[in-house]
Amino acid sequence: MQNKLLFERSVAGSNSFRLPPSDVPEEVSLPTEMLRPDNPPLPDLPENEAVRHFTRLSKRAYGVDDGFYPLGSCTMKYNPKINEWAARLPGFAELHPLQPEATVQGALELMYNLERALCEVTGMDRFTLQPAAGAQGELTGAMIIAAYHAKRGDTRRTKMIVPDSAHGTNPATANMAGFDVIEVKSNERGLVDVPSLRAAMSEEVAGIMLTNPNTLGLFEEEIAEIAAIVHAGGGLLYYDGANLNGILGVARPGDMGFDIVHLNLHKTFSTPHGGGGPGSGVVGVKDHLAPFLPSPLVAKNDEGYYFDYDRPDSIGKMLAFHGNFSVLVRAYTYLLALGAEGLREVSENAVLNANYLRMKLRDHYHIPFDRLCKHEFIATPGRLKEEYGVTTLDIAKRLLDYGYHPPTIYFPLIVPEALLIEPTETESRQRLDDFAAAMIKIASEAIADARLLKEAPHNMPVQRVDEVGAARKPILRYQANA
Amino acid sequence: MTYIPNPPTVRQEMLRALGMNNTKELFADIPAQYHMERLNLPSGLSELELKRKLTSMASKNLSTTSYPTFLGAGAYDHYIPVAVDQLLLRSEFATTYTPYQAELSQGILQAIFEYQTLICDLTGMDVANASMYDGASALAEACNVAADATRRKTVLLPDTVNPNYRQVVATYGRSSKYSVQVIATSDGSATEVLGHINEETAAVVLQHPNWFGNLETQAQAIAEKAHAHKALVIMVVDPISLGLLKPPAQLGADMVVGEGQALGSPLAFGGPYLGFFAAKNNLMRRVPGRLVGQTTDRNGQRAFVLTLQAREQHIRREKASSNICSNQALNALAATIYLALVGPRGLREIALRSHQLANYAAKQLASRGIELKFQQPFFKEFAIKLADPAAANKRLLENGIIGGYELKGGMLLAFTEKRTKAEIDRLVDVLGGMKHAE
Repeated sequence: MQNKLLFERSVAGSNSFRLPPSDVPEEVSLPTEMLRPDNPPLPDLPENEAVRHFTRLSKRAYGVDDGFYPLGSCTMKYNPKINEWAARLPGFAELHPLQPEATVQGALELMYNLERALCEVTGMDRFTLQPAAGAQGELTGAMIIAAYHAKRGDTRRTKMIVPDSAHGTNPATANMAGFDVIEVKSNERGLVDVPSLRAAMSEEVAGIMLTNPNTLGLFEEEIAEIAAIVHAGGGLLYYDGANLNGILGVARPGDMGFDIVHLNLHKTFSTPHGGGGPGSGVVGVKDHLAPFLPSPLVAKNDEGYYFDYDRPDSIGKMLAFHGNFSVLVRAYTYLLALGAEGLREVSENAVLNANYLRMKLRDHYHIPFDRLCKHEFIATPGRLKEEYGVTTLDIAKRLLDYGYHPPTIYFPLIVPEALLIEPTETESRQRLDDFAAAMIKIASEAIADARLLKEAPHNMPVQRVDEVGAARKPILRYQANA
Repeated sequence: MTYIPNPPTVRQEMLRALGMNNTKELFADIPAQYHMERLNLPSGLSELELKRKLTSMASKNLSTTSYPTFLGAGAYDHYIPVAVDQLLLRSEFATTYTPYQAELSQGILQAIFEYQTLICDLTGMDVANASMYDGASALAEACNVAADATRRKTVLLPDTVNPNYRQVVATYGRSSKYSVQVIATSDGSATEVLGHINEETAAVVLQHPNWFGNLETQAQAIAEKAHAHKALVIMVVDPISLGLLKPPAQLGADMVVGEGQALGSPLAFGGPYLGFFAAKNNLMRRVPGRLVGQTTDRNGQRAFVLTLQAREQHIRREKASSNICSNQALNALAATIYLALVGPRGLREIALRSHQLANYAAKQLASRGIELKFQQPFFKEFAIKLADPAAANKRLLENGIIGGYELKGGMLLAFTEKRTKAEIDRLVDVLGGMKHAE
């Protein structure tokens, strides 16, 4: 039976939601021509049917709690339950963002402490907790770079360097912030090609956006040279923190010469991703860029914690209020739980798991950079494609049949047919062995009967969906008579 | 407390499988100068210690569950049915990523499709995206779209638009894709913007109900003039008000954005909230962010999938007009569940009750000599004249009330269906009992 939409379950008059009886006059003092003549056009369901509807939808979804989720560059680690409890404490969840500061001292203290902890973890001096997601953090950072050069009267710097392995958000962000993008190639070792970078650097370059470890899972070993070139040329270094999980507690971007950092609290700091957010893209800077951070920041004096709005050089505001506060509560809870030693264990085990899995798969898949990786690595179908015509998409869809969320596919763009595999530290050896066994089985299926993969998935609620048709004739909403 | 499942013995065996003796070797590719010994942070805590510490921190806050609040100004204390959070706790929803793998994510994709439909139905628009970060950033993105679509730069922003939104629009506008012209108004409505619309106008922004809680009764006339000059109209609306008010599409909006927090997301000190974004069909391919479309699988069965991705950053890279990737999916799900639970009569009743409580409060305040700042019809929020709003808020707090938003020489008071007559009487008593300079 087809899965019904909310609208198809609607029965007029069946909803029984109600408010307490009113004890004020029931009058409407609004011009009639501004009013709807009827109730708004919403589906009409009793509570139990609504609950069943969404429960059924949840069963057609797959989260970290369901199983292994090695989605590269997304750091799908376990989301501790205590975080959910903390975020729902009424003393955090039921605060209006504009309450007097004296009534929200605990919330401000949490934000203050979180900022200090993130500074220590990254080697930066100040953080804004405002940006709602990684991409918004990037935009904040790019605007800070622009504001820094503008403040110095340096108006020539209209270009941003982005490596060809970068996340798509990096070039999109640079463009959105008004920069032209210069793409720098990677070398045959999968790292930024330093001579190309040197050649690209000029007095028109505002800075470079870099992920380290990069999106191939490799540490940019020449980071000292990269930083020296960019700084000597008058540019700034921006650190895309999507991959911080690979070096957490072992090395810090602030010590490598980065001037600006954004972190994805929904990746490294264990807050759940919610099906595509909310996340948090907090941004840290060195002291010389702190004046440009969004307003306000949390500060402290003898009377307690307060919002500091006295920031004349600030780029402004990224959100109406103070950021995704309940995501901050979760990340803070996680930091407290792990502590200094625990944070280091994160990257140790994330890197151990990634390399262990790489070793397990190397005889069955092509590993284009088959050396020590950090938290993730690339595999490709290799001869499975060349000899049997099996693509990365086929492998991904067959993994669904084995009960796994596939790795990130076709990214980074510089490796054709990439499978970007990030196991994270919260997977046991058993899970890794089971996943490797499934991958190896799929490789043998590809050789024995490629159709099994081409027609996959076989065991899902729906078969392979028609993406081309969806884009050609977009149907973006339900319409009763469509 | 860590969440690492492999015990030390297993880790050691795994290291040996890699031909390594210790974990340091895992980081041999990081130059020695960058290795650090230990982060200068405290050691980890057990769950019991965490509970104690966080309970103590939370208890330093005065929550709106203990003191009623009349704060609004962009975030509203509406009632959230219990089933909303119960369903959000289902970890298949909470712990999943963006639904890139359609076959495994039909539930999430369908929920987003339903959300897009609900936003279209409420606003009367043709297309809505999967969500933006909040109302303010959704407005900034709409200004970008308007500048691109009209190839003009000037966005007219009357000061009847929430000042926090105006700041975010100004910040996003630093890249000079659009420039903001703030229009000063005097009567609590945006009507004065009419005189500023010309051939250079990319868009007119109208908040309705506006920052002062007033309806923009001339919205349609403003939209007609904007359209006559080939400018677009962006409306910022309160989704609760749409239980009662005519949908903005009927007033001439080309894009409708707003803050969806009131639909099932707690106040949470400002976030995560929900930016919604809806547009007319002709702007469909300029809409930023994720879109879910209906399609079929190989058996012809209805299915849902992320679509029109060629607009987005991961495909278009530096040519994408927005960089948005993660959005506020779980808040959009909360809104979907909320609207399903309150239903058509419920949303109307919530809107009506909020309005009626505001009406009652305005009358009671008037009877104690406290006047409205503007003579305009208002929905659930209004501005009053007060000589010393800070002193008034202090007095309210002493009387167990979190007061309103302080304006220059006034105060903005918001009313939701959660407020009671008794709470309002107390508010009026405190404010009415104070001496207000003439």
